[in-house]
This record gives sequence, structure tokens and C-alpha cells, in this order.
Amino acid sequence: MKLRNFGLAASALAIAFTLPVAAQAANLTMGMDSEPSSIDPHYHNLGPNNALRRHMFESLTGQDEKQKLYPLLAESWKPTSETTWEFKLRKGVKFHDGSDFTAKDVIFSACRVPNVPNSPSSFESFTKAIADFKTPDPYTLIVETDGPSPLIPTYFANWGILSSTAAGVTGDIKYDKENCGLDNFPSTVDFNSGKAAIGTGPYKFKEFVKGDRLVMEKNDGYWGDAAEWDVVTMKPITNAAARMAALLAGDVDFIAAPPTQDLKKLEEDPKFDVAQGLSNRVIYLHMDQYGPTTNGITGTGKADAKYEGEGPCAEKECEKNPLLDVRVRQALSKAINRDAIVQKIMGGVAVAAGELLPQGFFGTNPGMEPEAYDPEGAKKLLAEAGYPNGFELVLGTPNDRYINDAKVAQVIAQMFTRVGIKTSVNAMTKSVFFKTRNKYEFSVYLAGWGAGTGEMSNPLRALVGTRSKETGLGGTNRGRYSNPALDEKILTALKTVDDAQREAILQEASRMAMEDYSILPLHFEVTSWAHRKGLTYAARADQYTLATGVHATK
Amino acid sequence: MLAFTIRRLSQSVVVLFVMSIIVFAGVYAIGNPVDILINPEADIAEQEATIKRLGLDKPLWVQYGAFMSNALQGDLGNSFVHNVPALEIIFARLPATLELAILAVGLAIIIGVPLGMIAGLKDDSFIGKTIMTGSILGFSLPTFWVGLILIMFFSVSLGWLPASGRGDTVDVFGIPVSLLTWDGLSHLFLPAFNLALFKMSLVIRLARSGTKEVLLQDYIKFARAKGISNARIICVHVLKNILIPVITVLGLELGNVIAFAVVTETVFAWPGIGKLLIDSIANLDRPVVVAYLLLTVTMFILINFVVDILYSVLDPRVRLGGSN
Repeated sequence: MKLRNFGLAASALAIAFTLPVAAQAANLTMGMDSEPSSIDPHYHNLGPNNALRRHMFESLTGQDEKQKLYPLLAESWKPTSETTWEFKLRKGVKFHDGSDFTAKDVIFSACRVPNVPNSPSSFESFTKAIADFKTPDPYTLIVETDGPSPLIPTYFANWGILSSTAAGVTGDIKYDKENCGLDNFPSTVDFNSGKAAIGTGPYKFKEFVKGDRLVMEKNDGYWGDAAEWDVVTMKPITNAAARMAALLAGDVDFIAAPPTQDLKKLEEDPKFDVAQGLSNRVIYLHMDQYGPTTNGITGTGKADAKYEGEGPCAEKECEKNPLLDVRVRQALSKAINRDAIVQKIMGGVAVAAGELLPQGFFGTNPGMEPEAYDPEGAKKLLAEAGYPNGFELVLGTPNDRYINDAKVAQVIAQMFTRVGIKTSVNAMTKSVFFKTRNKYEFSVYLAGWGAGTGEMSNPLRALVGTRSKETGLGGTNRGRYSNPALDEKILTALKTVDDAQREAILQEASRMAMEDYSILPLHFEVTSWAHRKGLTYAARADQYTLATGVHATK
Repeated sequence: MLAFTIRRLSQSVVVLFVMSIIVFAGVYAIGNPVDILINPEADIAEQEATIKRLGLDKPLWVQYGAFMSNALQGDLGNSFVHNVPALEIIFARLPATLELAILAVGLAIIIGVPLGMIAGLKDDSFIGKTIMTGSILGFSLPTFWVGLILIMFFSVSLGWLPASGRGDTVDVFGIPVSLLTWDGLSHLFLPAFNLALFKMSLVIRLARSGTKEVLLQDYIKFARAKGISNARIICVHVLKNILIPVITVLGLELGNVIAFAVVTETVFAWPGIGKLLIDSIANLDRPVVVAYLLLTVTMFILINFVVDILYSVLDPRVRLGGSN
């Protein structure tokens, strides 16, 4: 039989090629829930890429587990005037190719950031405040900004530094907003092949096989504490059940985002452990507060005025928008039993939210409580607002984006229905959800927000600032809430370099946004990681999964 | 034959063209890739700049026209997510899926044909009935569930085989192959077996009914009368005659496996093109989705073509009929 012969030949070959597998204690294999789209640190401003970047390409400042800044390639920094910052750079730092790190590399990297072809999400937002760089000596960097820019040190934690020498730059670089007269930036492809993947980080690029694995090895010349693992392998296993199985089978030592229903089992298992921490991601409800009519609400009757502007109501007849009335928004908030959601739906891996960032983050109001559950109060408010019999509402939600997103929406729909607002849920996959939301088709929708900067100006600016190209506010304000007084506060905060003053302004702005029920925060997600016994992981508020945070217990 | 080939090819071009329009419009209708790809912290000006940079601000037909004129020059566009040509990504992932598919179909034949023949030869025995019941399970159990059970049993409980990913590979003419290392094979076995289950059941059923039918034929009776050993009758005369339907069906199934091994690849985190398709749809990576589906259509056309030819080789009657 030919087939049988083939089988024999195959097994003979297999034995011939068998390689001894040496057990190495200092290797770490991680199962990741998503894959970076590129090794290029300036290509795609998105979670998995940013997390990966931190292993190989360092930035001037770093953000710790609670997103507090700490010195990295810059030893110290301070504002020297309203529009200048002085960074003292670390000496004796070497890139993976052996070249020295100086201020020139920072300027080179800042020049490249806006010049990455086809970038689907640019890092330019972190560099565009820069007007010019001055370098009195190679280890002092003066950053001049267009107007006061208090978040410069935070922004500088978000883009990685490349080696200008490795890119073949010989002379000095004169900074400008275009490309600094340079045209030989390394390409994204060169990073993915490892050719240009030269940073200063504790780990060096070794291998990247898209869809299968990313391998990094220890950088022996690292300036700081040596990396703990000789080789780190990151495997994208996007299916949660498969990721869990890989951990149980011992294929991987560590996984990101274990399935919530398995957490209890993992905690009780003597072979595994779970690391958990409060994230900066708030799950919220946005409410359409734009026109006199709205798309997803019926039973409110004809509106007093005509709808003008973007959205489905510009093309068809819609009914009156009750969400313009603050009493209705407050009633919605009171109708939600946040504690029940946290306990019953989230299984305890969430914390009820009273603001857009968890307590203790910069700009939050100490002691601010989540809205208390008060269905009777909600009914009363609805009656006062002129809706004693309520109305009908469609609640939009993605079903594959946030932890238990569609389930949470279902429960909220029941809670709304209980106070008289007959609510149905329209759940859809994230790509369709975001498109529908961006066309303003939802009157109320559930979504989430993670504050990349870890302070209050970030969610306020994006979620409740009036949408405007000029001010840069309202990028994700798809409820189109608008309050000029609040805008004023946010913009002032963004220009106040003094930390204490800025914090006070942000606290007040946050209070204003909450008191006006501009947006309804629901809860903060608790992020989980699981690993075999003998490891520890410091849970991060930014939800990044970092090999540098995984330690072996001694 | 030539006329047949030409007609077949021109049909294929039309099919490809129609597919490109359907797929392009379909992905366009789902949503805007920028909504998924861009960091939500970007302000309105940055969002608009990105949309413009990727050419997504233009009307659908303009985007399609640009795509088509590039495609005619062999360029199916760059992946929005990875910024490399879509075809490059697909071809980089193809070997992983191909070896999975080939091993799966191989397993289906190696295990399925003998089992099916036994079931056909011993139709009423306990063994025959057990095999047939087993094949019903192979048909009806959902692939992802079987995959997880396989993992739980062989990887988690017994610890014999790895649960996910692709093992060590050896480059053969620049193509990474994991069939040649022990580590690679051990990673390959479970997903290939999972993928093979359905096909195996199919082969068992085909082989069984084929065997039952062939056993009643005059030439078998004649061979028996001539005193030819039972083993030779089964291994030569029966086997050869039941292979025709098996090859026809497996040819098409091979195409299915290559194109849509999505579930298995997801469960076993196998870095093949099925997983790539799912990820690309989730990210609305239009160039990759379009290129993938166009390639799939091309592949099906080719496979059908090859099956037709194989068929005529195995069964002279087909060839004779074709030339009439």
C-alpha cells in the first residue's frame, strides 16, 4: 500500500528530525488576547502595539501600574516657563545596536512620528504641541510648545525613541513640524523584519511571525535593572477558551484576559493564580442631546422644532427628544442599580462608577459616590418632566467589545423598563456598532472609555466636550452633549501647567459634567490576568500586558 | 478539452469580477475601518486626516475603481492593519493552513477508507454498527466543541500534546513546514484530527456504501470463483472501485478545509488563513478580506478543474463520454 509506506516514511522523518527540548527556567511564554499590528512603535496607536512597544522602545517618561509618571530615558523634567519644558536625559544609555542615546534621537523620533505612511492611527496627537527643540548639550532637551501644554511629560510617555544613528542620520537635526528635512526614515516593514527594531528597552527583538508568535530576548546592555526573562514569547490566542486551555495544558505560563466565568476555578486551583486590578476603563451610557428629535425613542409625540444637522432625523420624521431634559437623564441614572450589575453580571470584577475615572486618579473628586439606585425617585422625575407614562427606547450596545457588554445592556433595559421606559436592546458586533453609533442612530448607547493619560482631562475632553475640530474637544462625544461653560473649564485645564491648579479645575469640571448628567458612568472594569503558580503580575490600570511586569516568586 | 478549458476560464473571470464587487460592497457596508483602527482618543481633525490618508473619504465606486485598476496590475492593495500587501500576508499564512488541510484530508483517507470498508464488509456485525454510529457522531458534533474536548483530554488531562499554536518549523524552499519536526507534528496533530473528523465520517459512509455495492458486482463474484484470495479482492478490486466518489468529494472538501478552517484555527490558535480572515473581518481590513475571498474563488475553480481531470483518469468511461 502506497499510503502505508508514506505513513512510515513520515514517522521515520519525524523521528530523524526530533530535537531535544531543553527545559529553561528563565523563559516566559505568554498567551495574549490580541496581536499587535506591527513592531513599528509609531505606526498604530492602539493598546496591543503600545504595550509591546514598552519592551523594546523606551520613552522619555514611563507610566507605572497606576499610570503615575516615572523617569525613564529622562531622569527629570520641569516646566521652565508656561511654554517650555526642560528634560534632563539619562547618560550612558545604549541602543540595541550599541549606539549612544542622546537628545538627537529624541528629535529624530519626534520627526518620524507624523511621517509614517498609511498609519491607521497616528501618534501625532502626542507630538503636535511641540513647537521646537533646543539642545544646550546632548543630555539636556528643551521642549518649546505652542501655548501652555501641561501634559507634555505624559504625552512623552506614549511615543518610543528610535536610534538616529541606526537610521543613518549623521548631521544635526533641525526640528520642524513637517519632516525636519529628513527623508530616510525606517519603514514599518523594516521594523516587522527586525532590521529597524532598535530601541533602548530591556528586551530586544528576536522574531515576529504574524499570527503565531513574537519572540524577544534579554538586552544584556540594558542601563537599568536587567530583564528577568532570557526569552519572552508572546502568542496571540484570541479565543478566550483556547487561551484558557493553553494555560491549563502548560503551553503558556501566563495569559491575558482569562474568561470571567473561569476566574473562580483558577483561584481555587493550586497550580494557578489570578492577578486583578482596577482599570481606567469606565463603561458608560451616552445620551443623544443634540436635536429636538431623536431616532431611537418613540411615544413622546411630535417635537416643537425641526431637526437640523447630521443624523438619521435629518432625513426622516423622528419623535420628540426627552433626553434634552436633565430630569429625564437623572431619572435614567437613578433607575440603574449599579451595585446589582457589579455583583450579578460582572461577578464582582467591576466597581460602580460615580465619575469617569476611578477614585484616586488625578482630577477625581474624593468621596464622589455613584448615583444611588432609586426607582421611585426616577418615576417621580419622569412624571415631573412630563412623561408619567414613560416612553419607548432602543438601547444600543456592542456585544464583543467590553466585558459582558451586551449582558449589562440587557439588565439596564430591564431596569429602565421597571421605571416606565420600555427599553429594548440592539446589540451588534463592534464594527457595525461603531459605524451605527457614529451615524448618530442611537438615542442611548453603552460604550467604554480608557483614559490613556490616566487623568481627568482625557475623558472630559473626548466624551463631554462640545464636538469641534477647532478646539479638539468631543472626539468621541457621540451623544453630542454641549455645555460652553464646561468646555471653557476643560480648555483652561489643558492650558494650566501648575499641577495643583489644574487638578482643582478638573475636579470642578468633572463635578459639573456629573451634575448635569451629561453622561452616565456605570462601572470601572477590573482587569484579570491568570498565570501558573510561582509568578506574580502587577495589575495595570491601562490594561496593558507586559512581560516586564511578570516576576518569578523567590 | 481545450474548448472546455477556455470556457471554464472565461466563466471564472466573470465569477471573480462579480465576487470582487459583492465583497467590496459587503465590507464597505459593514462599517468604516477607521472606526475600529483609530485610537478613540484622536480628536476630530486627526480622525478626518486618517480617513483621508487611507482614501476612505472617497465614494464607494471611486474606491472600487482604484482597487480594480491596481488589481489588474496584480496589486490587491495594502492591509489597513499591517501596512503590507494583502497578498503577502495571505501567502505568509497559507503554508500553515495547507499543511493542516493536507494532513486532515490524509487522516480522513487513511482512517476513513479502511473503516468504511470494514463497515461495508461486516455490515450487520457489532463492529460495523459501531463504526457507523461513530460516523454519525463525527457528522453531528460541532467542530469547536470537539476541538475543546480534544484539548481538555489530550493536552490538559493527559498532557500529551500541546493545546495551541504552531510548533517548530523547518524551511523547505523558503516555506516554513512543521510536518518535519516532532514538535511541529505534535502541534499539528490535534487540529488536523479535529478538522478531519467530519471528512472522515463522510469517507466512511462513502466507502461503506461503495463497498456494499461493489461486493454485489459480477466481477467480484467472478474473481471469487477464480479462487483469488479474499485479501486481494478487497485491497485491489474493491478498493479501486470505491475511490472514485471518495476523490470527488474529498477534492471539494479540501477546498473547504483550506478556505474555511476558521473554527479549528480559532480554537487551536493555528496561525493559518482562516484565523486571518476572522481577524481581518473584525478589523474591517478590507483589502485582506477582498483578496482572501478572490483567492478562495480562484482556488475552488482550480480544484474543481483538477477533480474533473482526476475523475477522467480513474474512470475511463468519463473520458470516453467527454470526447463524444
